This record gives sequence, C-alpha cells and structure tokens, in this order.
Amino acid sequence: MKIILRFVISILTLLAINTVAIAQMQIEITGVGQSQYPIAVTRFLNESSLPTFVTDVVRADLANNGNFVNLERGETEVAENAKPDFSMWSARRAQALAIGTVTALPGGLYEVKYRLYDVAKNQSLGGTSVTVDRNNFRKAGHAIADDIVQRLTGERGIFSTRLSYVVKNAGRFQLMISDSDGQNPREALSSSEPIISPSWSPDGKRVAYVSFESKKPVIYIHELATGKRIILSNEKGNNSAPSWSPDGSKLAVSLSRDNNTQVYIINADGSGLKRISRSLAIDTEPQFSADGKSIYFTSDRGGSPQIYRMSVDGESVGAASRVSFKHAYATSPRLSPDGKYLAYIARSGGFRLQLMDLRSGEVMALTQTNYDETPTFAANGKFLLYATRVNGRQVLAAVSTDGQVKQILSIPGSVVREPAWGPFMN
Amino acid sequence: MKRYLPKINSLFLIAVVAVGLSACSSGVKLDDVEAAKKNANVSDSKFVNEPWNDPASPIYQKSFYFDFDSYTVKSSDQGLINSHAQFLNSNKNQKIVIQGNTDDAGTSEYNLALGQKRSEAVRKLLGLLGVSDTQMEAVSFGKEKPKSLSNDEQGRAENRRADIVYIK
Repeated sequence: MKIILRFVISILTLLAINTVAIAQMQIEITGVGQSQYPIAVTRFLNESSLPTFVTDVVRADLANNGNFVNLERGETEVAENAKPDFSMWSARRAQALAIGTVTALPGGLYEVKYRLYDVAKNQSLGGTSVTVDRNNFRKAGHAIADDIVQRLTGERGIFSTRLSYVVKNAGRFQLMISDSDGQNPREALSSSEPIISPSWSPDGKRVAYVSFESKKPVIYIHELATGKRIILSNEKGNNSAPSWSPDGSKLAVSLSRDNNTQVYIINADGSGLKRISRSLAIDTEPQFSADGKSIYFTSDRGGSPQIYRMSVDGESVGAASRVSFKHAYATSPRLSPDGKYLAYIARSGGFRLQLMDLRSGEVMALTQTNYDETPTFAANGKFLLYATRVNGRQVLAAVSTDGQVKQILSIPGSVVREPAWGPFMN
Repeated sequence: MKRYLPKINSLFLIAVVAVGLSACSSGVKLDDVEAAKKNANVSDSKFVNEPWNDPASPIYQKSFYFDFDSYTVKSSDQGLINSHAQFLNSNKNQKIVIQGNTDDAGTSEYNLALGQKRSEAVRKLLGLLGVSDTQMEAVSFGKEKPKSLSNDEQGRAENRRADIVYIK
C-alpha cells in the first residue's frame, strides 16, 4: 500500500511539475556579422559544481551578438588572476582573451570575477566582478558579456536587458518576462483571453499592455516586482497601443471613446486624459520621439495607413506631417533610442520590417519574411526584435540594424508574439 | 412578435436557473456558481431561452460580414439591423456589445482599429434607428480572436465580421 501511495504521490508530483513547466525558448542564429572578432572565453575556474555555468552564458551571448567568434569551446579552466600564455592564444588567432573565477562567499553568495586581455599587446583591458546568489549565475554571465562588448567595441551591451512577449498555447495567453536571449522566462500574467502590445516603462520596472480579459481591450500597467497592476484606461470602446514618454510620467494611448480610434495622452496613474489627434480616420500606434516632443503614429487619413508625426501637444497646435512615403501601407512605427531611426512594417510583397534613417529619409528592408509585426528596438539601438512567421510557425526574430545578424527565437509547439525589448537597467 | 418581447424579470429568473443547472451539470463546485454567473455575463451561450438564441427569432443571426478592407455594412444586412434595433428599442434595459473582427492580414494594433470601424458601423446604424448609446458598446478584437483558423479566403472572409453579443 505504501508503495502504491508513494507511486501515486510521485505521479502527482510529476504532473505538478509538468503543469508549471515553462517551455524553453530556442535560438537559431541564421546570420552573423560580416567580420567576426575572434575572442577566446576559457572555462571559469570553480564553476563546475554550480547549477548554471557562467562561461556558457558568456559564450552564448557573444555568439548571439553576431560580431564575435569564440575560439575556445573547451573545458580547461583558467583563473582570473592567472598569467595568460599569450603566444599560445596568438597562435590560435585570438585577438582577445577572457578568463575568470567563481568564488563562494559566506551567506550563499558567489563572486564572479573576470579579466579581459588584448592578446596581441599582451595587455589587460580590465575586467569586472559581479556578486550573485545561486539563482542568478545567468545574470552574472550577462553582465560579464556586456562588459566584454563595452570594452572591445565601446558600445553598451544589451545582454542584461530583458524581453517581454506573449506565448499562446492551448488557448492560454501568457505574458512572459525573460532574459535578453529569451531564456529564464517568468510568467507575469496568464489569461484565457488575448494579451497584446506590451510596453516597458523607461525604468524597466513596469510593463503596460492591453488585455482582453474583460472581453474588450483594456490597458493595464503591471509592476513586475510585486505583480500589482492598475487599469490605466478602461474607456468605452477600445483602449490600446500604450507607449511611455521618455521620462515615464505619461503614456500615449489609442482610444475609441470618441467613436473613431484616436491618440490620447494620459498620466501614468490614469489621470489627465487628453486627446491629441484630430481626424475622422484611424489614428493609432502612438510612439514618443526620443526627446519627448513629438508623437509618431499610424493613420489612414490619406486613404491607406502611413506613419505621421505631430507635436506632443496635439494637432490643434500644429498639423501632423506624413513621414512614410515609400510604401502603400506602413504601420507600427518605433523610434530608435537615439531618435535617429524609425522602424516600421510596410506591405511590400509581404508585411516586412523597414528601417528609415530619419535624417536622409532613406529606407531599407531588413527582412524577406512576409508576416513581420510589432518591431521593438534593443536598448542600444543596434538590434530589432519582431514577430514573424517562419515555415508556418509564429516566432520571434531578431535582426541587427545593418541587416546582417539574424536570429530566430521560437518555442516548439507554441505561438510566440508581441515582443517588447526592455530598457537598460541601472 | 410578442414571444420575442418577454418580461425582463422572468427572463432573468430563467437565466439564473439555466446558469445554476449548467454549473451543476458540468461539475462546477458550489462555490463557483457565483463565478459561473459572472462568466455568464459575458457569454450569451448559456441563455438558451433568450430570443437571440432562438433559431426562429429574427435576431438569432447576430453576425455581420464585411468585404476585404471594407467597413460598410452590406445593404443585404439592413433587415437584420432593423430586427435588432426593433428588439433593443422594445427592451430599453437590454445591453449589447458589438465586437469587430478582422482577418489576419496586417499588424495587430492596426487591425484592432479596423475591427473597431466595423463594430462602429453596426453601432451607428442601430443608433440611426433609435437605439440608445447607453445600450451599446462597440469594441474590437482585431485579429486576436479569429473564428476561423483557416488561412484561405473563405476563412478570412469568416473573420471579417462584427458580432452583436447580448449581455445581461
């Protein structure tokens, strides 16, 4: 009897684990940079007993960046304070070398320390040290990969930023928050109704989104640390397309309270609603410019959807001007963090991701897929993540703004949609 | 016509009983009956005795189909609009939600706005026939809740739709 009981319990435990299991995101790298910088990342000392290997996270991040090639895939550990054999690494054509050590500290903490070397110059380029608990070795790996990218390229790495996206599986919609590589996903919201248009607050602490849980689109703001949320807007009709002002005090939204869908500005606490677009057409998908003074939006006021720009004070202050001209259908404007580029989706054969240089007006198609949607810039402006379909599967894809580096992020058996790339965290 | 205009009170009783019965028969715990009632507010499928669920009723048909890229209610549907307007004008406490939908061509937020144009089109026609704004709310699901998952033209046409949903 005892044995049967134990068997039943173990089955129940198994079931319980299965129901809470979250499917892993798979990353397929389908394009890399034209010239890849050769680096060797050796196995960090003392990590073999840890649940997550920091070295593997660093190596994977650099591979995902697309502009690095790691020449050292072996298991030989090299300590952070070891004197590197520069001639050996030089013979292996490594231009940089990263070595590190994990040290257990009192209180269940671990110090992860690494150092970066210029192999040709036999010179240290510096390094960093990150202290984490057992659950955050991935965080340490991302921080070190960011440090490597910063020291070698001068630009800030995005590995420590996070993603949000919606997974649809068996009629359930989950709003997920994950690491920048789609790994380490945590569920922020689960619903039997659709969730769309997640948008990160500039401080990375909150996500605004549209949930259909009350059988209509309503905008919520969800505080990630506590899971607390407020209804930002639940006006009659549709409430959608939230997007934050650069200072995080306001959001631009699309509401149909005045019958046709128009753009409004609302304070982040839900007060001070003010209509800013004034047309008899559809005005939606508002986005603040980097300086917070303009709103880019989609409007079909000219007959087909195009991107327009107006003052944040609204069309009553100054007429909106049309921004997109190259295609007959252009939606989903997204501004790069530096304000220099505009990404959008155009119907050009299929629905394809485009990148406009706002100074020259030049437009470049970044993809050859046919169902691109919801682009979102990485915090450093060097990558775009978007939803698309590949071989009939609904997946996320990332592309560098030069169109070279490409990845597909997918969850086998699930639909993944509505990506939003989070900001830098300080 | 009389049978489509029953007294609201008796209707409500029938509805509550229907919810209670369906809750028990589907094995929902007693504690969940309140929740089941709540759910019933947003879905009329349980109100089998309501005129809008009676196949013989002129308001049984609650879907309006649209051409590609169109937000104009077809003239052939005007009779159906008239029937719903007549029912709503005779039952001033009856509320409806009009849900607009689109096919999957295009981006989600823009389709949400397009679906809204379809539900608005139905709302405006009902308004012209005297149905009060307080009885109606036009919303959209865009392309988020496709009725047909098939990617062919027939499936897409099925999804270019506005539905009237009677609520209690």
